[in-house]
Amino acid sequence: MSHVFEMQKPDERNRLDAMKQGVIGQPMDRPDGIAKVTGTATYAAEYAIKGCAEGVLVTAPFTRGRVTRIDAGSITGMPGVIRVIDDARLITRSAQAAAGEAPDQGPLTVHYFGQPIALVVAERFEQARDAAMALKIEFDADDLSDVPLDPAAVETELIETTAQGDLEQAMKDAVHSVDLTFTTEGHASAAMEPHAAIAEWDGEQLTVHASLQMPNYNISELADCLGLEEDKIRCLSRYVGGGFGSKLGISPEAVAAAIAAMELNRPVRVVMSRQQVFQTIMRRTETEQRLRLGTDADGRLTAFGHEARISNLPNEEYTEPVVQSSQLLYGGEHRLLQIELARIHCMTAGSVRGPGEAVGMPVLEAAMDELAEQAGLDPVELRLRNIPDKHPVKGIPYSSRKLAECLEQGAARFGWDRGPRKPRQHREGEWWIGTGMASAARAHSVRPAQARVTLHVDGTALVETDMTDIGTGTYAILTQIAAEMLGLDPANVRVDLGDTRHPRGAGSGGSWGAASTGSAVFVACEAIREQLAERLGTSESALDLADGSCTSGGSKKSLRDVIGNREISRIGHFKPGELQEKYAAASFGAFFAEVAVNEWTGEARVRRMLGAFGFGRVLNAKTARSQCIGGMTWCIGAALTESLLFDPVDGHLVNCDLAEYHVPVHRDVPHLETILVEERDPVASPIQAKGVGELGICGGAGAIANAIYNACGARLRTFPMTPDKILAAMPE
Amino acid sequence: MPMSVNGEDQKLPADPRTSLLDFLRHAVGLTGTKKGCDHGQCGACTVLVNGTRINSCLTLAVMHDGDEITTIEGLGTPATMSALQQAFVKHDGYQCGYCTPGQICSATAMLQEIAAGWPSDATDDLLAKPKLSGEEIRERMSGNLCRCGAYSNIVAAITEVAGNVS
Repeated sequence: MSHVFEMQKPDERNRLDAMKQGVIGQPMDRPDGIAKVTGTATYAAEYAIKGCAEGVLVTAPFTRGRVTRIDAGSITGMPGVIRVIDDARLITRSAQAAAGEAPDQGPLTVHYFGQPIALVVAERFEQARDAAMALKIEFDADDLSDVPLDPAAVETELIETTAQGDLEQAMKDAVHSVDLTFTTEGHASAAMEPHAAIAEWDGEQLTVHASLQMPNYNISELADCLGLEEDKIRCLSRYVGGGFGSKLGISPEAVAAAIAAMELNRPVRVVMSRQQVFQTIMRRTETEQRLRLGTDADGRLTAFGHEARISNLPNEEYTEPVVQSSQLLYGGEHRLLQIELARIHCMTAGSVRGPGEAVGMPVLEAAMDELAEQAGLDPVELRLRNIPDKHPVKGIPYSSRKLAECLEQGAARFGWDRGPRKPRQHREGEWWIGTGMASAARAHSVRPAQARVTLHVDGTALVETDMTDIGTGTYAILTQIAAEMLGLDPANVRVDLGDTRHPRGAGSGGSWGAASTGSAVFVACEAIREQLAERLGTSESALDLADGSCTSGGSKKSLRDVIGNREISRIGHFKPGELQEKYAAASFGAFFAEVAVNEWTGEARVRRMLGAFGFGRVLNAKTARSQCIGGMTWCIGAALTESLLFDPVDGHLVNCDLAEYHVPVHRDVPHLETILVEERDPVASPIQAKGVGELGICGGAGAIANAIYNACGARLRTFPMTPDKILAAMPE
Repeated sequence: MPMSVNGEDQKLPADPRTSLLDFLRHAVGLTGTKKGCDHGQCGACTVLVNGTRINSCLTLAVMHDGDEITTIEGLGTPATMSALQQAFVKHDGYQCGYCTPGQICSATAMLQEIAAGWPSDATDDLLAKPKLSGEEIRERMSGNLCRCGAYSNIVAAITEVAGNVS
């Protein structure tokens, strides 16, 4: 039985806080933790499947043009080689987030350097790898002088504009103002598990073990790619070794494995090399951003301009929503928010953790720092003065917003000095020491989600959905929601994820997974509670469930007795409704950082970092905190080291591995402190939770940039702030 | 001589191209050792060879005739977790879990290296016994990448175990 809950109005019932088990929000260890630390968690490529052949993708060694011949004969004599797959259904890139349909197919037409063009299948991995390298291909490559590669050199398309009032005039009239241009470089998701799939075909049914964030959409994408009905496909993703956007859409190795398995009638595994992941999956676009901010004499924003230029391949619809949080974070009557898109032939641009805000927020917050300096205001105070009462354009109310609390509590815990600020005031040996801060904001959204909850006759519960846990803590939080609602010890709740035979969850993306799929579990549990209440002849609201007992009207019965031999199974179906148009909903926070900058080398080290965050109900304090510190770690990378470098001649990604693309390592990251601000958001979801997976990356690089300036006086407007740039900007 | 993996003898592969990592994952069937980059850049494939940590992707299986290999499965099972494995669970020293076996294998050997007096870049006095400081742990673990950003918790887990060891 399916129970639908549509979010038509704020859910003020706050049912979870009325429950008696007391496990929701607790810092419970992850149920999947033991498998992860003992190496027994099974990721996509790790299923032992008899007779499994190995496939290795072949990629295009040119930028744009056509492959005219794939000479399978060139490798037929090599040991172990089984087949070259050059099927027209192979995809040239991953699907974008929540596409639900095939991305570009037809690998012989090449759009970017490194595009997959064929698959070589052999008995063993070493054989397939060698044969893939030896495969001869012929191609007609377009003259590079005709191929646009530099986003600054092509005519742009206007994608999005929000205009209100007269920004130009407001800037002229402003008492304090800044007009600044920033650049950010491209980012890679660089999840630790390379994309991988094992496909099996029994003549009727296709089973694909793959590393997927959103099987609920990926099954549709795969079906569309292959020309199969969805009911002929089963996708499994029980453990996913990180996603960060890179596994949102079906990717080339999964489609290639499926085609090969169907053609060869035997299981085929395809694992991308690290270099292939970098070159073919997704990049976060580089950006150029212009910030125009103007205030009155009191430092209240009157002018707010945020314009960004981004890039993508021709015919890709995805556009990095750089100004997303600029829509709602601060006031300012005269506004212009705009995005322009440059079409270039560098690999696909798509979602990388915190799309939009991850690059828009640090730039906004760096500009706010310069504005605070000009207005002679403390940076925290400037932000507190500019928290608007209503959405500055739409005029709609905010759902629940803890921005001021995050700023205040964060400043207090960090020991933020609200006195006058000047750079180059504190020195230890050859290191300048400084502090900086920034706001955090990330748009909230929810998606339709379904989950089945079954209360078994032995008094244990099972939660089933195709939702994934990509490290986010889904196994833990769904366990806790079900345990809280049904009055069970979490040890008596089992959560089974990542199987498309289960009801469709929301998928892990856009920070919507927990609030959406968690709400589906909540709805299913409410329906089970109603059934229990009916059996006891009472009402659901009068029913207390705790520790395997049912109490109502003073009488107590064991849950197992109430279940008897009739297990109760319900599917909860959560639908977002229209609330998202009636309220401005987002997660908010504040970052504080202390940075040391070396006088002689320009090296910046983050010595201390604190984040205070409000994202609705905390479902598990341990895993939520982990999401926050993970995001803050990404801030360190975005601020100091992470930068995709494309060859200006042919557009190929030069630093396509983990030695040359510098993600933060242990020594780059100090102890990270967090404050999880207490909040319930009745608009966000019936479990009063918003998203937290991306909030931690949305602004913190700006806090580090501001701390670099405060430390050494180098005011940079380009991320990442590598030693060469800092040294060049360091005052004499 | 055969190679020993977690105390069990294994016949070396016929194909000399097979890395120790691929041998463990494919031939032996121990998939706890992870492939993150295949180029010695991420540390996900860290195992112990005769007690010393090594990136198993950077060495060929046939080079380990007679060696004793210990993988994450050899450090502890779900029923018999090592102190580090337990501490990683308690401190949430992981998120997606993919780098975790490498982190734990690496930390296991790293604590022995500190105990044996090996200095690092974070050691002030090269002749003195290295301290079990956060900075020492961070420096010595920097070959093990974690993209989820669990470093702060990983260091907390290692520090707890290191405190009990010292």
